[in-house]
Amino acid sequence: MDITKSSSSSQVKVKEKTFSLYRRQQLWGWVFLSPWIIGLFAFTIMPMLASLVFSFMDFKLTEPDAIKFNDFANYKKLLVDPLLGPALSSTLKFALIALPLSIIVPIGLAALLNSKYLIGRPIFRTLFYMPYIVPVVSSAYIWGGVLNTDTGWLNRILFDLGLGKPNWLFDINLIYPALNIIGIWGVGNAMLIMLASMQGVPTELYEAARVDGANGLTIFRRITFPMISPVVFYNLIISVIGIFRYFEVPYILKEGTGDPNNATLFYNIHLYKNAFAQQDMGYGSTLAWLMFVIALAITLFLFATARYWVYYGSGEQA
Amino acid sequence: MTTYSKTSIAESYINTSPFYGLQLKKLAMYSTVTLFACIILIGFLTPFAYAIVTASKDEPQVKRGVVLPYTQDTYTYEGKELPLYEVPLADGTTRTLAGLSLKRGATAQNEFIDPQTNEIVIWEGNYRELKELETLEIHLWENITSVWENKQVNFPIMLRNTFAIAILGVIGTLLSCISVAYAFARFPIPRKRALFLILVSTIILPSQVTLVPTFGFFAAIGWTGTWLPLIVPHFFANAYNVFLLRQYFLTLPKELDEAAMIDGAGPFRILVSVIIPQSLPVIMAVTIFHLVFAWNDYFNPLIYLLGKTELQPIAVGIQRFNYVYDVKPHLIQSSMLIGLVFPVFLFLVAQRFFMRGVVVTGVEK
Repeated sequence: MDITKSSSSSQVKVKEKTFSLYRRQQLWGWVFLSPWIIGLFAFTIMPMLASLVFSFMDFKLTEPDAIKFNDFANYKKLLVDPLLGPALSSTLKFALIALPLSIIVPIGLAALLNSKYLIGRPIFRTLFYMPYIVPVVSSAYIWGGVLNTDTGWLNRILFDLGLGKPNWLFDINLIYPALNIIGIWGVGNAMLIMLASMQGVPTELYEAARVDGANGLTIFRRITFPMISPVVFYNLIISVIGIFRYFEVPYILKEGTGDPNNATLFYNIHLYKNAFAQQDMGYGSTLAWLMFVIALAITLFLFATARYWVYYGSGEQA
Repeated sequence: MTTYSKTSIAESYINTSPFYGLQLKKLAMYSTVTLFACIILIGFLTPFAYAIVTASKDEPQVKRGVVLPYTQDTYTYEGKELPLYEVPLADGTTRTLAGLSLKRGATAQNEFIDPQTNEIVIWEGNYRELKELETLEIHLWENITSVWENKQVNFPIMLRNTFAIAILGVIGTLLSCISVAYAFARFPIPRKRALFLILVSTIILPSQVTLVPTFGFFAAIGWTGTWLPLIVPHFFANAYNVFLLRQYFLTLPKELDEAAMIDGAGPFRILVSVIIPQSLPVIMAVTIFHLVFAWNDYFNPLIYLLGKTELQPIAVGIQRFNYVYDVKPHLIQSSMLIGLVFPVFLFLVAQRFFMRGVVVTGVEK
């Protein structure tokens, strides 16, 4: 009797102890998590809500006394802004080349680096990756030189081949290819991620396919691509967001003018000019929210297509 | 018997083994693939070569319009520097002469000076048949020092600014991201999975949607025109690095934590003396990521340090330098080399940590 009693009371004690330990651990968890929670509110949630509010206001940093709600004037301005159309269309035109390239080029390079017939793979990997690490300002000016109409190395080669001297950075038809060439130079990161993902494909799958007599292309279509499709999908989403964020290279090369003929007035440059050059925080926020809605719609659309082509073998990983 | 042995000798010279063809095919594959990769690699490295070669020229070489930094050889005659040519003569030999008066374009009589004897030589022919004598002269170091010491854009100060911003940011990133990753990896937080999903999804949030109010906020509290907007946000963790650290922490055995806990160590003590010492490679990766990010960041310093030239980092500074020295490509490219040498060097030295980190954040999500 005595023994039972004492044992049951000690059990209760242990339970209480584990419970309080659990609570203590939880508390510590929140303590360690707090920098992110604070940051999430201070630098993500609050600013997002604030920019939504700003988008309904006259808000110029230069005129702090004239801040007031303006009855959707910013949204009405979207409809009559003469530069919004060019900004959207140049972003779209750029995206039509850049998005496919942002998938095809890294997959192609990764497949090349993954080939067992490539001698010196680590060296190639390092050197293909290296341009990604170059500061974007340096990269823009270096390419500005390489693509220079008269003295650039690309045109020297083209001229010697009898192909003339194309005006890469000034011709409205060549500016997007030119910017994409600069973009491809920084493909290293995406390439490395694709390569790592390709190296993670179990070799048994390839062996089985070979036994069944599949050729290289079939193996790529039926095994490699499905196996790396989650990474391809992730890259696609990042590329979409990257295109809306596209700013530095055209801003530096064209000094923010949007030349030729607004072809380099990308959405983010338009936003920058309104929000920062003209200090119109209200309309800048409206442009930011319009972009957010478009980007969100595209992202959701891509997520909806994902179940047709993205393969999650052993369940999704968070 | 004799015949048999003869064929066997012949056979030993010609490899007829069924694997021989296969080996040839393999060799062909190796060389084709490697050659193809080399061609693409040349394309990737050409811009570096362009920058280095252009940065090696001096002004006359730039004006000559030659690809490589060659200087035209000259001969000083009566105080004038005359260009030296290899002049083809009628008998098929050539002679080195300095051009005194040359008629460009048409075939005509041209006057030359023989550098050895100082006598005037008349040569009739087309200017285009002449071959300029030139010497390779590399001015790389001299250009880089002249960029470094130029009066308009103060490179030493910008370098100091860049390192200060980068290192303070690294401290913030490490403190906050290690703490948050530790929370995600080790503590029983309610709705942890959902919180983690929110964290990861902030990666694909377009930053502009928070940009304008954040800028407005920093302007309102008087932080624009200081380094604070470039440093303080990094003390509040970022998704990439938390993800990377958390993945690593999850691979560490929990037994060591528990052993330390039994010895009476608190959660903070466990983090400092158990988790962090085991995680140096990934901490190294986060450090390098942030150093490279801070070094290369252009947009944030551009908007927050507008007009404050004495506080700007190198990324904004080299753009300002470019405005000043617009027509001097050799100096522009020298400044670009100054801009890229640190991150590229850091990458080459620490690429093992760097690439491992990229792979974890890129593939495992």
